[in-house]
Amino acid sequence: MGETVSAVDVEDIIDTMAGELAQEMKRKKRVDPLMIGVHTGGLWVAEKLHRKLGLKKPLGEIDISFYRDDFSRIGLNPQVKPSQIPCEVEGENIILVDDVLYTGRTSRAALNEIFDYGRPVSVTLAVLVDRGERELPLHADIVGLKLDLSPEKQVKLTGPAPLVLETNRN
Amino acid sequence: MSSSKQPASTSFKAPDSSRLQLDEQGRLRHFLTVESLSKDILTEIMDVAESFSSVGHQAVKKVPVLRGKTIVNLFFENSTRTRTTFDLAAKRLSADVINLNIATSATSKGESILDTIRNLEAMHADMFVVRHSDSGAAHFIANNVEPHVSVINAGDGSHAHPTQAMLDMFTIRQVKKDFSNLNVAIIGDILHSRVARSQIQALNTLGVKDIRVIAPRTLLPSDVGSLGAHAYGDLRQGLDNVDVIIMLRLQRERMGSALLPSEHEYFECFGLTEEKLAYAKPDVTVMHPGPINRGVEMDAAVADGAHSVILQQVTNGIAVRMAVMTLTLGHSRVAG
Repeated sequence: MGETVSAVDVEDIIDTMAGELAQEMKRKKRVDPLMIGVHTGGLWVAEKLHRKLGLKKPLGEIDISFYRDDFSRIGLNPQVKPSQIPCEVEGENIILVDDVLYTGRTSRAALNEIFDYGRPVSVTLAVLVDRGERELPLHADIVGLKLDLSPEKQVKLTGPAPLVLETNRN
Repeated sequence: MSSSKQPASTSFKAPDSSRLQLDEQGRLRHFLTVESLSKDILTEIMDVAESFSSVGHQAVKKVPVLRGKTIVNLFFENSTRTRTTFDLAAKRLSADVINLNIATSATSKGESILDTIRNLEAMHADMFVVRHSDSGAAHFIANNVEPHVSVINAGDGSHAHPTQAMLDMFTIRQVKKDFSNLNVAIIGDILHSRVARSQIQALNTLGVKDIRVIAPRTLLPSDVGSLGAHAYGDLRQGLDNVDVIIMLRLQRERMGSALLPSEHEYFECFGLTEEKLAYAKPDVTVMHPGPINRGVEMDAAVADGAHSVILQQVTNGIAVRMAVMTLTLGHSRVAG
């Protein structure tokens, strides 16, 4: 790891995302949403979006380790953090925030976890980076940056201050 | 550290489980005893348990992590609370659970433990949770299972009860945050208690400064010093300045034997009352593994009072057992 994605200012991207997200929620009449960030990178992005949008409901956070589909292959992520969703999910408009959308498996797990807290009215997915190559039929409503990367490349958000996008050299 | 010494007392017979319960990478594969487990592993168990605590607050109180796994509760000795929390823990992990009360089934028909295990393995069991009145029973089973099967000790004889000890450590951490400056007193039948033995080992590993055991001399092991605890025969002295009091359940069947006088006399000397509680620190935490003999080990006013975290222990028991099940099964899958 270690090569910074050049010509990219993460703060600027999040600014643009906040504007698009506000418009999208207004257009779909999704008022007073509950934002939930996925540990760890997604939560960093969510914290900034939550502040920029001035959302009233406190920010929720989820760790999807217990909902992953690869437990049988790789066991438990030892860095698992508690999930904290501070309000009722039932009947709410959710904004789900993650850092990188790739295969779609993390978003699938996050959706399953959210539904175990209740039945939301809607879920809007916002991601900082969409790097394509989906393995599941999922798409993001708000995308900060589209990256075209070969499968052996990895992209990772480091933070929390400053937020930097890095890819591995090879 | 005291846990490396082999106590002489026969009631504290300790099979060597240390190598058996770790895989080649030093991760937990079975959970048989806290003895010789590192501070890192004990901390990992508590950290994962912390993450599972939120599952109880979900509308659907379940996570899918052990979906499709089969867990068999093998109880050769009766227990309601421990079996219920293991049962609930497995169900909250989405595993399928079978509860077998062997005391009243197979072995009474002459089937050996190994035959029972082989049969359950043939039904593709992934985990055995074992409770037995003989020390070393869970260890024996762990030594004889297939590589992908994990074993958790839910109490064996007077040897160990590691999940009870870990739920107590987890509760202490929640309330006191840090172990290093604590004075912890364990009160009751130390001699016969697998809970006390596991607690003392865990408290030592986690770096507790002052561990005390308080009991009549007849209920203290002769080698109590080698356990890594200081013995007190006087409750008031032993309680002086303590942060945490762990009461043990008194086995009523021992009452009236040569070891103990009457319940009344025991309560006079070792029963926890509000008056005696005043000798401890003002913010002392009172714990008990349940079920309580009210008016024998402690006053109802103390059990239900502001210092008591007894029901918090019950809640934590589920999260800690979920953590141990997930960690061991995660590692056994990768290894096997």
